Amino acid sequence: MGRLRLLSRSILPFIVGIVILAGLQSVMPPVFAVILIYMGVNVVLAVSLNVVNGFTGQFSLGHAGFMAVGAYTAAKITLSLSGVQFPLLGYGVSQQVIFAIALGAAMATAAAAGFLVGMPSLRLRGDYLAIVTLGFGEIIRSIIENMKFLGQATGLSGLPQRSNLIWVGVSVIATVVMAYRLASSTQGRALFAIREDEIAAEAMGVDTTGYKVRAFVISAAYAGLAGALIAHAIQLSTPRMFTFIRSIEVVVMVVLGGLGSISGAIVAACTLTVALEALREFQAYRMVAYALLLIILMLTRPQGIFGTRELWDLPFFRKLFRRPALAASGAAPTEVRDDSTGGAR
Amino acid sequence: MTAPLDVQNVTMRFGGLKALSEFTLVMQPGELVGLIGPNGAGKTTAFNAITGVYEPSEGEVKVGGVRVNQEKPHQICTRGIARTFQNIRLFKQLTALDNVRIACHAGAESGFFDALFLTGHHRKEEVRILARAEEYLEVMGLAHRRDEISRNLPYGEQRRLEIARALATGPKVLCLDEPAAGMNAAEKTNLMGLVRSIRDRFGLAILIIEHDMRVAMGISERMLVLDHGITIAQGKPEAIRKNPKVIEAYLGDAYLEEKHIAVPPQENSK
Repeated sequence: MGRLRLLSRSILPFIVGIVILAGLQSVMPPVFAVILIYMGVNVVLAVSLNVVNGFTGQFSLGHAGFMAVGAYTAAKITLSLSGVQFPLLGYGVSQQVIFAIALGAAMATAAAAGFLVGMPSLRLRGDYLAIVTLGFGEIIRSIIENMKFLGQATGLSGLPQRSNLIWVGVSVIATVVMAYRLASSTQGRALFAIREDEIAAEAMGVDTTGYKVRAFVISAAYAGLAGALIAHAIQLSTPRMFTFIRSIEVVVMVVLGGLGSISGAIVAACTLTVALEALREFQAYRMVAYALLLIILMLTRPQGIFGTRELWDLPFFRKLFRRPALAASGAAPTEVRDDSTGGAR
Repeated sequence: MTAPLDVQNVTMRFGGLKALSEFTLVMQPGELVGLIGPNGAGKTTAFNAITGVYEPSEGEVKVGGVRVNQEKPHQICTRGIARTFQNIRLFKQLTALDNVRIACHAGAESGFFDALFLTGHHRKEEVRILARAEEYLEVMGLAHRRDEISRNLPYGEQRRLEIARALATGPKVLCLDEPAAGMNAAEKTNLMGLVRSIRDRFGLAILIIEHDMRVAMGISERMLVLDHGITIAQGKPEAIRKNPKVIEAYLGDAYLEEKHIAVPPQENSK
């Protein structure tokens, strides 16, 4: 019985999600569907980067590199298996299965890349780590640019159009569930400890290097997933999609939402995607708008929109759903008062 | 029986500076040992050499009979040496409960995949960790602060939370680096009682660095005195109090001359 309940707990969000998404997919006009897909991909990126930058407090600027690894892996698989039909399955189903395999492979190779980058560089901290990850991101991109096998600068085109609301939606749920479970687990708390005080974390028995590498690997895997999704949405994978600017965009989302806040990353990713679509006519001023947004944010609310808190920690939502843990102990929600001076100290 | 902590002739060199020379200390279970000395005497260096922050230049640190010279702090911590810090190093933005729960993580068996897929193993461990963390908060009288962000706690409670956190790693030896620093007289008396009760309750060996002589003398059963990295005296607090070399180290030889106390020559220091 316990086992069954457990199983249902782990897959329930996906079942509910798929039903809703399938409904959406059938009624949504394509124009909005595209924006929703971009939004979903950005949410996957922001939430996964948040595991490294927000939870663990390590400043990584290489997210686009891992996206590229995932995108190219998946693209290669779907391209080379494009005509394949599995026995007993229809053509359409076979292609979906192949896409699922491609997504899995994208996550695996991106995770491997994350491990390779993380092992040497995570001994560094702060600015140094940022520079090294930035360098690695660019290295990955320029390797791709020079490989005939991967189409060099023109990239791989003619990918099958596979990313729909269902695939993207399920990926978003998978990412958010991952981040949420991590945040509320003892492993996640070990990551927070590293962010708060690395020396103390080490002294309290947290294998800081090991945990940083693990966080990096998980984050890279989901970046690879996002890369694979975006490539199969626009049916194209070129090195230009994965420049340093792309990494910065994701960092902006995470910082805007509040480092360490899952819901913050989601809200910021959605807002920025919509804002960028709305600003499409002013393409040239996009980066100006980005920079201005960041400056204004840093001046007025350096800890991001949510700080390290979640949407459901805000007083308004507290009232809506009283959190059982707090209600049981009878403690006042004292956490609310802390964040106003967070960045200044 | 092997001693939980056995430090033999540990020397720490930083370039040309000998911050600690031939430091030897064997701790038995249930012992309360005080480590004192003037500023810059090498007390915290000794702590750092024991807990793996520094690798000793010479000598040997053994925990439960195992040589740990090359091990990292987190490995030494899981072997049973826990510490607090001179300048409080709590996980400031996390709640008191989470601070302690993180320390309970030492020796956790479930991994990342258990956490992501909510395996039964992982859930059992979370329940166990929560229960343990609450127990340690209770012991240190912080149960009512469970859900407070730790940096919002009063200073004395932050110090106690740090001890609760160290205890939660399940140590055999607890190293307290100036636990009474910045406390008022009442809080200090309180702390002394607390340290003793922790020792009795958990059967720990406790090594304590303390600047406040009243606390150090009042709590230690045995004391070591460091000066310029050299162990100049050790023994019972009463003997240390009268030891001319200790007085000299703290108050200078002018004081000794004034009081007509003779300093024995350096050779018979041990």
